[in-house]
Amino acid sequence: MIVYLIRRFGQSVLSIAAMAVLVFLGVYAIGNPIDVLINPEATQAEIAATTARLGLDRPLYEQFGIFVWNALHGDLGNSFVYGRPAVDIILDRLPATMELAFVALILSVGLGVPLGVWAGLRPDSIAGRTIMGGSILGFSLPNFWQGMLLILIFAVLLGWLPAGGRGETTEFLGMRVSFLTLDGLSHLILPAINLALFKMSLIIRLARANTREVCLQDYVKFARAKGLSGRRVVLVHILKNIMIPVVTIIGLELGSMVAFAIVTETVFAWPGMGKLLIDSINLLDRPVIVAYLMLTVLIIVTINFVVDVIYSLLDPRIGLSEMKG
Amino acid sequence: MTDAATDDIPAPDGPVAVKIDSPAKRFAREFASDPIAVVGLILFVLIALIAIFAPLIAPQDPYDLAQLSIMDGGLQPGESSFGTGMTFWLGTDTQGRDMVSAIMYGLRISLFVAAVSLGLAITIGTVIGVTAAYFGGKIDSFIMRIVDLQLSFPAILIALILLALLGRGVDKVILALVIVQWAYYARTVRSSAIVERRKDYIDAARSLALSDRRIMFRHLLPNCVPPLIVVATVQIAQAIALEATLSFLGVGVPITEPSLGLLIANGYDYLLSGRYWISIFPGIALVLTIIAINLVGDRVRDVLNPRLDT
Amino acid sequence: MTKLLEIHDLQTQFHTRDGIAKAVDGLSLSLDRGEILGLVGESGSGKSVTGFSILGLVDPPGRVAGGRILFDGEDLVAGGEKAMKKLRGKRIAMIFQDPMMTLNPVLRIDTQMVETVQAHADVSRKAALARARDALVRVGISSPDERLQAYPHQFSGGMRQRVAIAIALLHEPDLIIADEPTTALDVTIQAQILSEMQALCAQSGTALIWITHDLAVVSGLADRLAVMYAGRIIEEGTTAGIISKPMHPYTKGLIESVPQGKEHGTLLRQIKGMTPSLLKLPEGCKFAPRCPRADAACKPEPPLEERETGRRVRCVHPHTEPLAEEAAPT
Repeated sequence: MIVYLIRRFGQSVLSIAAMAVLVFLGVYAIGNPIDVLINPEATQAEIAATTARLGLDRPLYEQFGIFVWNALHGDLGNSFVYGRPAVDIILDRLPATMELAFVALILSVGLGVPLGVWAGLRPDSIAGRTIMGGSILGFSLPNFWQGMLLILIFAVLLGWLPAGGRGETTEFLGMRVSFLTLDGLSHLILPAINLALFKMSLIIRLARANTREVCLQDYVKFARAKGLSGRRVVLVHILKNIMIPVVTIIGLELGSMVAFAIVTETVFAWPGMGKLLIDSINLLDRPVIVAYLMLTVLIIVTINFVVDVIYSLLDPRIGLSEMKG
Repeated sequence: MTDAATDDIPAPDGPVAVKIDSPAKRFAREFASDPIAVVGLILFVLIALIAIFAPLIAPQDPYDLAQLSIMDGGLQPGESSFGTGMTFWLGTDTQGRDMVSAIMYGLRISLFVAAVSLGLAITIGTVIGVTAAYFGGKIDSFIMRIVDLQLSFPAILIALILLALLGRGVDKVILALVIVQWAYYARTVRSSAIVERRKDYIDAARSLALSDRRIMFRHLLPNCVPPLIVVATVQIAQAIALEATLSFLGVGVPITEPSLGLLIANGYDYLLSGRYWISIFPGIALVLTIIAINLVGDRVRDVLNPRLDT
Repeated sequence: MTKLLEIHDLQTQFHTRDGIAKAVDGLSLSLDRGEILGLVGESGSGKSVTGFSILGLVDPPGRVAGGRILFDGEDLVAGGEKAMKKLRGKRIAMIFQDPMMTLNPVLRIDTQMVETVQAHADVSRKAALARARDALVRVGISSPDERLQAYPHQFSGGMRQRVAIAIALLHEPDLIIADEPTTALDVTIQAQILSEMQALCAQSGTALIWITHDLAVVSGLADRLAVMYAGRIIEEGTTAGIISKPMHPYTKGLIESVPQGKEHGTLLRQIKGMTPSLLKLPEGCKFAPRCPRADAACKPEPPLEERETGRRVRCVHPHTEPLAEEAAPT
C-alpha cells in the first residue's frame, strides 16, 4: 500500500512538472514574454525592472529555473489590473468556487446515486424510465444553457430566487461562505443546481448501469438466499460494489467541476475564481490567467491523487495487485 | 450431447435461406429498427441541410448591414418589419436582425467548426494511435503518457486557456478543439489496434516485407473503425457544446462570425429584461442539434457494440 | 409425519420478447428429512430454475406461475415473499455453482458470515462471530480467525466453496439446495467437497438437493435421482435402480455417455441432437425427436407413471432390461 502511495504521488508530481513546462513554453517560448507578463501600459523603467527580475534577458533554461523557483514560492507575477500578486487575488476568490463546487458535488452524488440505483433496480418501471429520460436531457443540454433556463424560470418568470451574485456571507472556518444565511442560500441554490445537473446525469447513468450489472451477479442472489433483507442487499452488497466506479467518476469529474464552475460562475455572476478568469481574459490580465492555470492544475492533480487513494481503500483487490506488481 | 453431434441432424424447420448482407446494409437495418434513432437522424439531416444551404434559404443575410434596420430592433416573435413588411417569426435582436436568419447562419458556423475539428482530430488521433500500437515499446508508452496526462485535465479548461492566450477566431477555436480531442481518438485507435497487432496475420504481413505504412493503414486501421465511430458520435456532440460554451464565454468565434453559442451570449443580457427570444431560440436550435446527434449516437453505439445492447 | 418438501405441479415461466418459456412445466417431487436427491439434467433442462423456485429467487422476467411447494407442510408459493424470507438461509440454504462469484468481492468474510447469522438470530456481533468461526472449522478451514478477516479474492476456488458451504450451514438448515457446487472446481477438490458435504449432511440430518449435469458425480452421493428434460421430470427412482436399469431412453443415453475408463478405444455413445428450445418445444414427448424408440405412440405426451415400486418414468416405450454389465458406471 505504501509503495503504491509513493508511486502514485510521484506520478502526480510528474504531472504538475509536465504542466509547468507546458505553461512555461506557452508563455515564454512561443509568445513574447514581455507582451504576456508586462503590463502594456508600463513605462520603460518598469519594463526594464521586470525584465531583470524575471530574467527575461537570460537564456531560456535560466528563465525556466527562475519561473520554477518563483512558482514554488507562490510568486506567479502581479496582476496588471489590481497591482497585487496574482496568486493572492485567486486565493481570495477560491472559497466561493470551493463552496459552489462542494455543494454541487453533494447534490449530484446525494441525488444521483439513489436515483441511479432506483432506476437500476426497476429499469422498466415508469419511475426508472423517467429518471433515465431526465438524465439524457441533463446530458444533452449545455451547461450554460441549463443555467440560463434556470434563471429564466426561477428568477425572471417566477421571481422566487435571485438571478446572480453571492448574497450575504458569513465567516465559517476562516472562509466567507453563503450557505449559512438564508439570503446567501437563496443565491447559492441555482448555481449549485446548474453545476450539479450534468454530473448528476452522469452519476445516474453510471449508477444505473452498474446496479443492473451487479444485480445479475451470483453474490447478490447468494445474499438473498442467505435470508438478508432487501434493504441490506441493496445498501451493503449492491451499493458497496457500485461505489467503486462511482467514486472513480466523481474523482475525475471533480476536477472538471472546478473547470465547469467557470461557466456557472459566469452565468450567475458568482464571484469565484472562474468568473475571475473570464474577467481577466477580457481585461488581458495574463499573470492572473497563468496563475489560475497553475493553481487549477495543482488542484486537479491533488484531487486525482486523493481519489486514487480512496479508490484503493474501497476496492480490496486494487491495493494488493499493485503491491505485488 | 456435444456440439459435434448437431451436424448430422437437419434443422427442425428444414434448411433456412440465410441472406448474407454487407456489413453496411446490416448496420442500416439494425439502426432503423429503433424509431427514436430514425427521428434523430431525420432531424440531424434536416439541421445539416439548413446549415449548408443557409445563404440560399435564410430570409435575410443577417450580417449585411444594409438589410438591417435599427427600427426593427427587439421585435417580438411574429411581428413584422416597419420597412419591408417581412415577418420575423422568431423576433429580432436589438439591431433589427431576423432571428430565423441569424440562427441558420449560426448553425452553419457551429457545425462547420465541429465538423472540421472532428475531421482533423480523427486524422491526427488515428495516425498517432496506430503508430503507438504498431511500434509499441518506448514510442507507445511515451505517446500514451501524453494522452493520459492530457485526458486527466478537463477539455474545457485546456481549450479556454489556449484561446485566452491565442485570442478569438474561427481557426483558433478549431485548433483548440482539435488539441482537446485528438487524445480520445488516439487512445481508442491504439487500444483496438494493439489487439489486432498481436494476431498472426500481422506477423505474416511483416514477413512478406510489406512496408510499415502499408501494414499500419491497410491492415491495422480497418479494425479500428467501429470503435472510432462510437467515440466520434460522442465527441461530435461534445465539440458542438464546447464550441458554444467557449463562444458564450467570449473566447470563441469572433463577433463577425457568430455561432449559436455567441448568439445566445449576445441575447443573454436581454434575458433579464424579458426579451427572452434573442437568447432562447438559438439555444433551442443548439439543444435540438445536440439531442439529435445523441439519439443517433446512442443507437450507433448499441448496434456496433452488441455487448452493451441489453 | 409430513414430508420435508413436497412440490406439486410447479410451473415456472419466463416471459421473453419471443414468447413464454416454460422453464419448469408441471414438476412434482418430494423429499424426506435427511434424504439426498440428485436432480440431473443438461443445461436448460430447468433443474437450476427448480432450485431457485423453491427459494423464491426466480428473477424477472421469470416467475412461479403455478403449483404448490410445501415445505414442512407450509405452502411457500401461497405464502409469498414474507414466508420465504423467514426460511431463506435459516431452514433452506443454497450453494451456487461458481464459488468465484458467490461471495461479494468487496466485503470481508466475517461481514458476510455475521450478517447471515444476524439475519435470523438476535445475537451480538461477538456471538455471531463465534458461530461463523465454528462453521469454518466444521468445513475444514484452518486458522479460521485469520480467514475471517480476509477478502474472498485471497482464497482459492475450493476454499471459497468451503466458505459458501460454511455460510449455508450457519443455521443448521433442514434443506440445502446445491446447484452444481463442484463443477467449477478441480477434480481432487471436487471429491473432497463431495465427501465432506455427505458427512456434514449425515451429521446434522440435513436433506440435500444436489443439482448437476454430471451423473458420475451424483451417483456416489445421492439416495435418489430425478432426471429432468425440458422442464419435466422424465425418470425418478433410487440411485442404484436408475444406474443399473435406466428405463427412459434419455436416462440410458446419459449413463452410456459417461466415460468408464475400462476399455481403451471404445467409443462413447452420444445422445443425438440438442436440447430443444423452450420456446419451440415439440408436441407430445419432448424427447421424441432425439429418441431412437420414438414412434406415433409418443405423440400425446406420456404421463409420469409408476413402473416399478418407487420408480416413475415418463415414457411409452421404456427399457425394461438392466444395462449390460460393461456399460454400468462403477
